[in-house]
Amino acid sequence: MTRSERIEALYAASKERILILDGSWGVMIQRRDLSEEDFRGERFADHVGQMKGNNDILCLTRPDIITDLHNAYFEAGADISETNTFSATTIAQDDYHLDAQACWDINYEGAKLARAAADAWTAKEPHKPRFAAGSIGPLNKMLSMSSDVNDPGARLVTFDQVYEAYKQQVRALYQGGVDLYLIETITDTLNCKAALKAILDLEDEEQEKLPIWISGTITDRSGRTLSGQTAEAFWNSVKHAKPFAIGFNCALGADLMRPHIAELSRVADTLVAAYPNAGLPNAMGQYDEQPHETAHELHEWAKDGIVNILGGCCGTTPDHIRHVADEVRGITPRPVPDRPKAMRLAGLEPFELI
Amino acid sequence: MRPSFINIGERTNVTGSAKFKKLVIEGNYSAALDVARQQVEAGAAIIDVNMDEGLLDSVVAMRTYLNLLAAEPDIARVPVMIDSSKWEVIETGLKCVQGKAIVNSISMKEGEDKFRAEAIKCLRYGAAVVVMAFDEVGQADTAKRKIEICTRAYNILVNEVGFPAEDIIFDPNIFAVATGIEEHDNYAVDFIEAVKVIKATLPYARISGGVSNVSFSFRGNEPVRRAIHSVFLYHAINAGMDMGIVNAGDLPVYDDIDPELREAVEDVILNRPQRHNVSNTEYLVDLAPKYKGEKGQVEAKTLAWREGTVEERLKHALVNGITEFIDADTEEARLQAARPLHVIEGPLMAGMNVVGDLFGAGKMFLPQVVKSARVMKQSVAYLMPFMEAEKQQHVADGGAYQAAGKILMATVKGDVHDIGKNIVGVVLQCNNYEVIDLGVMVPADRILAEAKEHKVDMIGLSGLITPSLDEMVFVAREMQRTGFDIPLLIGGATTSKTHTAVKIEPGYSNDQVVYVLDASRAVGVVSQLLSETDKPKFVADTKADYVKVRDAYGKGDNKPRSDLNEARERKFLIDFVAEPPVAPTFLGVRTFSPYDLNDLAEHIDWTPFFATWELAGRFPDILEDDIVGEAARGLYKDAQEMLARILTEKWFEARGVVGFWPANATDDDDIEVYEDETRTKVIAKFHTLRQQMKKPRADQSNLALSDFVAPYGTPDWIGGFAVTAGHGELEIAKKFKDAGDDYNAILATALADRLAEAFAESLHKKVRRELWAYAVDEDLDIAGLIAEQYKGIRPAPGYPAQPDHTEKWTLFDLLDARARTGMELTESLAMTPPASVSGLYFAHPKAHYFGVGKIEKDQVEDYARRKGWAVDEAERWLSPILNYIPS
Repeated sequence: MTRSERIEALYAASKERILILDGSWGVMIQRRDLSEEDFRGERFADHVGQMKGNNDILCLTRPDIITDLHNAYFEAGADISETNTFSATTIAQDDYHLDAQACWDINYEGAKLARAAADAWTAKEPHKPRFAAGSIGPLNKMLSMSSDVNDPGARLVTFDQVYEAYKQQVRALYQGGVDLYLIETITDTLNCKAALKAILDLEDEEQEKLPIWISGTITDRSGRTLSGQTAEAFWNSVKHAKPFAIGFNCALGADLMRPHIAELSRVADTLVAAYPNAGLPNAMGQYDEQPHETAHELHEWAKDGIVNILGGCCGTTPDHIRHVADEVRGITPRPVPDRPKAMRLAGLEPFELI
Repeated sequence: MRPSFINIGERTNVTGSAKFKKLVIEGNYSAALDVARQQVEAGAAIIDVNMDEGLLDSVVAMRTYLNLLAAEPDIARVPVMIDSSKWEVIETGLKCVQGKAIVNSISMKEGEDKFRAEAIKCLRYGAAVVVMAFDEVGQADTAKRKIEICTRAYNILVNEVGFPAEDIIFDPNIFAVATGIEEHDNYAVDFIEAVKVIKATLPYARISGGVSNVSFSFRGNEPVRRAIHSVFLYHAINAGMDMGIVNAGDLPVYDDIDPELREAVEDVILNRPQRHNVSNTEYLVDLAPKYKGEKGQVEAKTLAWREGTVEERLKHALVNGITEFIDADTEEARLQAARPLHVIEGPLMAGMNVVGDLFGAGKMFLPQVVKSARVMKQSVAYLMPFMEAEKQQHVADGGAYQAAGKILMATVKGDVHDIGKNIVGVVLQCNNYEVIDLGVMVPADRILAEAKEHKVDMIGLSGLITPSLDEMVFVAREMQRTGFDIPLLIGGATTSKTHTAVKIEPGYSNDQVVYVLDASRAVGVVSQLLSETDKPKFVADTKADYVKVRDAYGKGDNKPRSDLNEARERKFLIDFVAEPPVAPTFLGVRTFSPYDLNDLAEHIDWTPFFATWELAGRFPDILEDDIVGEAARGLYKDAQEMLARILTEKWFEARGVVGFWPANATDDDDIEVYEDETRTKVIAKFHTLRQQMKKPRADQSNLALSDFVAPYGTPDWIGGFAVTAGHGELEIAKKFKDAGDDYNAILATALADRLAEAFAESLHKKVRRELWAYAVDEDLDIAGLIAEQYKGIRPAPGYPAQPDHTEKWTLFDLLDARARTGMELTESLAMTPPASVSGLYFAHPKAHYFGVGKIEKDQVEDYARRKGWAVDEAERWLSPILNYIPS
């Protein structure tokens, strides 16, 4: 299939069923118990500083593991698997002293690994095409939040720097062959807007239009993003990108995430997606929620018609995804509501003029 | 002014405010942020930020200010309007806001290409835009030019760039009038005319403008300028102007302007033919000095109370609900007090205690108490900055103002009704309780999370529709499960002591559940629950009372009941041959949108309106009542005034839909609705419930609504309707509430409810006389209508004749109500907007209202089968009317 045929197939599938995204990568990589050498490979054998923990680099140094994980999730029933490129921007990789070329390579190779795995599964099961989503994660530097408690106006990066870093990542993911972009774990909507502008500008310049999936993070029980927005304000702030899907992931387990997903479900006239953590971490930082528990919660959401795409974030495994996929099979996805036209703006809170 | 008009504060604008300019130039950004904060606190829905000043590096100033602003959640909650004539500054601003902003402005001044490029960038950053009526030739002055340019810009934006039409705001240029130059005389008219045409021909586009320009020639005479702004806005808003940069709080009410001045201003604004021996402009210029420095209209009321001490004046203001002098009096009291807090603890609390005593003694009534609360709130709001400042100075100072207790209140998930809850909240606040109001549609997890976070002393739940009862049971169980140990209060129209005792209390044993009958009981209940000495007895009494209620309920209502077959044999028989059904004048649905609010105002049934405020009595007799008459008259006067504004300023929009379909009853109490007169294809089924109480007399029947429709073989029809008068009500109520004016917020909501009921009444009349036309000769006056002396009924799902709310789904689908009226159903089947009514029409003269009463399991099972439900699902929806305790 060509990319435009795959995108068409993605839209078609989203109308028929609740789509399934893969689960956590961190926990699966952790289980491999990799050494510093595994992370470094040959290419970065002499690189300064520690590389262990930089999961994204494995796209270059242990591609076999990355392919295994894509396969494990596709096998478990995922329709969509994400590239292993969550932190592959020049800004985030600066922590590991990696340059622009290395970042490019991670994204490009990472996209190709996901592409190859998806294509193999589509060939094997043509009735259920699989898709590769380019993971675009948050940065450790935020545009709306001060970096200095004594100076609320201080920022460590500028909008233009964030924009350029994302633009490079998007271009590499695109060339590596992803079917859609997944801007995820958004803690600061302004960072997300820079990524969106990068994508939209690239569409004006050269690139084919790919579906965009925007996934924010409600960080705690306040019900707000880290940068302070409510769910509806967040949606108003990013809907100009006409995203394929909007949703939340990470930080919360399904029980605590539900009200915010329900809110998006009410306000967003596009697909709604959710991939919560496997509950909240225990005292040891581990996730205890069992696959059938996660699946039970998400089955409720599906039944209540508030979601179109489900998956897992921190602490979830192929087994979680298998349970979720099994539980929601055959359930009609949420119908996308038709909202009356109105000027909808946002600060931290929504504003609507009907 | 129409409150749906959006005020955009201009004080964070260096070109509009000398004070703000000075602060920014001095680099005093924290004071500059306070200017924004004050605007938001004063109700600005959007703040306009402008740094276009020669002495400033505007790019740096814009970035600095917006970055600092992002760190102030109380300011950053509203959207920003990024205002500059320089694109560079605008783009800098766009890179600093995480929300969706408005760009002010772009235009075709430098040609289409630049305009297009800037519009695309706005789209990429995700911003709405203000488009100035400005092209290569210049700024548009005549109506024709304004319309021409805006139309051209609209076509480029919508058709070429793909800009969402709803994100476009036109600024068709407000220019100064009364300049002495004849060509300028028509400028205001040009603007108003352009607004009308733009709103009519460019769908979804909005109109804004800088209002102060219009009065530029009267610089230095602020009273006259304000009058000009008020008159101008009155006409511009009626023409469709949506928002403006204006200091709205300063403006006199159009009707309050001295008629002499208003006439003269109106002649100028509307460029009317000259009526005096001099031109309109000259006449106004001559008149202007007379009004300079005079403060609006002179108060004719007695001001003798102003001569008392400040404590006496505060008390008088509180008891009489007068806000006019409250800021000055509060300031005076503050200067006399050692600490601002002492003003609250001293004269204000003393005044509120008087209010509380009078209320307790039945000498003051709810509407007046709510007005008193408004005064209190305003005074406290005035003191807040001083208390904050004090707090900052004495961080270690521990003498904080102690509320008597903290109560969290919420209307439960799925329910949107909040008048009663708001009234209770105000009453509690008047009594020195801190109220945390979570609003409506609040899910259980949020109620519990907020209760924990705020460490509240008790939780109060409210709801109006029956499914809310279940949600309350759920909240109570969740409280038990998660280990809460605070009292739970239950209130709202469908709640009852019986339900509380039977269903809610058994689920929560960590502390007491208490049913609160009405607002006047709330304080008594709360104070006893918070008192260590009173609580044990109060709880013991309540528990004992509820045990009794449960026992009584268990034994029941032990009226003998029929089984379903027996009941069906006693159906209500209509002789459809003797009185054949009448065909409606059309089939299918017809939309009435918008419906004339003036017509609705005439149909208002005022008696329930007074009941909302806990004033009992029939209208109009209630106005002359010995006890509540005075309160009722005051309330009625305020209601009439607000109603007049609702009508002239079109606060609400009434939309409705009516439908008629061929229909016949089935043997099992359903009503089949057919696609057309061939009656071959069933497009929907209304399910009805049958009374099962034993009736002793042979001539008494066990009724179901389906009895009023002929069985198959005799052509009959059914009708349905859904109406709302609530589009706009939430915004209006929020505006009042945000401004601390609960009284007007509640008043507006209550009036919206009345208008919706009046809508249902008015439409029913139209149905009887014109649309179904089965009673063309009916001629009843309003009293007759209210007394329901007409033929045919309009029962609503969820009410006694059909207690199952879920029938609304069928009704809404058939009527296409969501698309046609903008009404929605919540998961608990509450209608939004809240001021909405829906129901079925039965035309037969023998049709009448009745209550289904309690039903038995055999009918529930049968009903579940007909609805395609599991039995437990049927039991859940029908739980209020089950005559047994489900397993």
